Amino acid sequence: MSSVQVRGFNCPSCGAAIQLRGFQFSQSVVCDTCLAVLDASDANVAVLQTFDSKLRRHRPLLPLGSRGTWKGDPWDIIGFQVRQISVEGVEYHWQEYLLFNPFRGYRYLSEYEGHWNDIVPVRGVPSAGSQRTHPTVSWHDETFKLFQTSRATTVFALGEFPWMVVVGDTVTVRDYIAPPFMLSAEETEDEVTWSLGEYTAGERLLSAFKVEQPLPAPGGTFANQPNPRTGKPKAYWKGFVVLMLALVVVVVGRVATATDRVAAHLEGSFHPGNAQDKAPFVSDTFRLTGRTSNVELTTHSSVDGSWLYLGMSLVNDSTGQVLEVGREVSYYYGVDDGESWSEGSRSDAARVPAVAAGRWFLRMELDGPDQGREIDWSVDVHRDRPGFLWWFIAIGLIILPPIFVSLRSAAFETTRWAESDFAPKAGASSDDDSDDSSSDD
Amino acid sequence: MSRVRANCPNCGATIEFRWAQAVQASCEYCHSILVRHDLDLAKVGTGTVVPLTPSPLQLGTEGRWHGHGFTVIGRLVYRWAGGGWSEWHCRFDDDTSAWLSDAQAEYVLTRHVTPQEPLPGYEELHTGIVFNHDRVRYRITSVTRAAYVGTEGELPFEYHDVADVPFADARTTDGGFATIDYSESPPLLFVGDAVELRQLELRNLREFEGW
Repeated sequence: MSSVQVRGFNCPSCGAAIQLRGFQFSQSVVCDTCLAVLDASDANVAVLQTFDSKLRRHRPLLPLGSRGTWKGDPWDIIGFQVRQISVEGVEYHWQEYLLFNPFRGYRYLSEYEGHWNDIVPVRGVPSAGSQRTHPTVSWHDETFKLFQTSRATTVFALGEFPWMVVVGDTVTVRDYIAPPFMLSAEETEDEVTWSLGEYTAGERLLSAFKVEQPLPAPGGTFANQPNPRTGKPKAYWKGFVVLMLALVVVVVGRVATATDRVAAHLEGSFHPGNAQDKAPFVSDTFRLTGRTSNVELTTHSSVDGSWLYLGMSLVNDSTGQVLEVGREVSYYYGVDDGESWSEGSRSDAARVPAVAAGRWFLRMELDGPDQGREIDWSVDVHRDRPGFLWWFIAIGLIILPPIFVSLRSAAFETTRWAESDFAPKAGASSDDDSDDSSSDD
Repeated sequence: MSRVRANCPNCGATIEFRWAQAVQASCEYCHSILVRHDLDLAKVGTGTVVPLTPSPLQLGTEGRWHGHGFTVIGRLVYRWAGGGWSEWHCRFDDDTSAWLSDAQAEYVLTRHVTPQEPLPGYEELHTGIVFNHDRVRYRITSVTRAAYVGTEGELPFEYHDVADVPFADARTTDGGFATIDYSESPPLLFVGDAVELRQLELRNLREFEGW
């Protein structure tokens, strides 16, 4: 059988020659000279609509008639329409390109402020659901969240279409997103059609269709634009877990190998008003062993509505090195206006870093109130006691990057959803994940 | 296999049947629509030179689906407000028929089945309602009225001139497809799958100028 021939005719409105790139698949064609919409399905080519000269003319960024290789197949750009939605009185419009291959059918490209989508018809009906209260649909194990419901009106058309295109045609469009994908349902009274868009860099289309003129740069955040930090928070939190585990190993190792021994124990009583008790005295010498490491001086006392000051000097018996530590324990409590309160503590721990091994003694000097009850006290000298402050600082440092990345990622989601029907309103709480970051702008 | 032959009662041309059991055929030369009683062909009408949407399929196209080879032997062309579509009669090597529907380059392969539960009535029909067949849930996605505008080749039934056939298309969540044809009572149910041409391993397709 002979091949299918390209059909040509003259525009019944202005006489310009028209060739159908989409063969007889095309149901309607818009004359690119006079912009009349013609019924291409009819041998007599009736005029369906003439162009209203009051309407704005739009120029396609990708010229009609371009043939390119896209996703492995050749495609012709045969149709172009501009559609418009109105949100709270503001009109937004975007471009749609119809791509044709007689063996592959149709696909679409859409452009809004430099953001492009590559769109294919979906051969099925995604199943509806919801995530908490947010409406969703599922398609091939992917959950898409409803982004926007709008009424889209065709405001300009050029080229050929496999349906009867009419300027002024309006459909209800519901866009569901799972970046970089977007599932859209277009609904008329008699028909629901689903399509799947994938966010696509405009430069890829320029090279595919060999278009010379540059495309406008993307502005703002588009509904299904991939978050540049997608997966990063997860990766960073994984890194955090690994570092935490490493830290735990180090801490366990430190604790396991620590000497952590009481090298000396001192105790006594302080009698307020007894001047002798304020005189300095020294302990017996004791041996600190192992590598140079810390010493912790742990104080327990019976202060009760009073205080005790302990001036403690670690003195090296052989070198005379003196390491001074002054500590005060105080403990007060009572009942005010029926509420009991307390302040201070009967115990204290003071850490002296980098104490060399050798024979040491403690030189003590106590001070306390001039009146009051006798205060019993004790001091333990702990050698090489693992401390945890540095570990907490380390945790703080390794947790910062994942928190930072998570906040940045969430901020992108906030700008994305700000354009949706589900924008978080001031004072209102929404069910969206990105809420966590709404304070992060 | 020797093919069944007969002569066109209108112009005398030889009609060669690709399928021995075809009930209806059309003459490639004079476009008469012919019905077999058995090999006495009776002319029941004059087909148009089918205005025929320019499908890549044609009579004689061969393909495979689910392990069975098939040959395209006939075609029904419908027209509705939004355009036209073809139902290609495919005869499989296991001696069954299926319909490969070609609407604006979207393809669906369906077979006639007996509904297991009552289908939605035409009066209550609208997009979104669901029905079940063979434990699969179908959701109506479009409701149209269409007319036959032509036939070509061999068909498993006798052509009847129906001007206005109500149709409903339904889809599943995973590419399953069903069409309900309300031209008869009870309505006819066809179920199958949305397919891409490349899945059908087709040979002997038409050529397109410039492609």
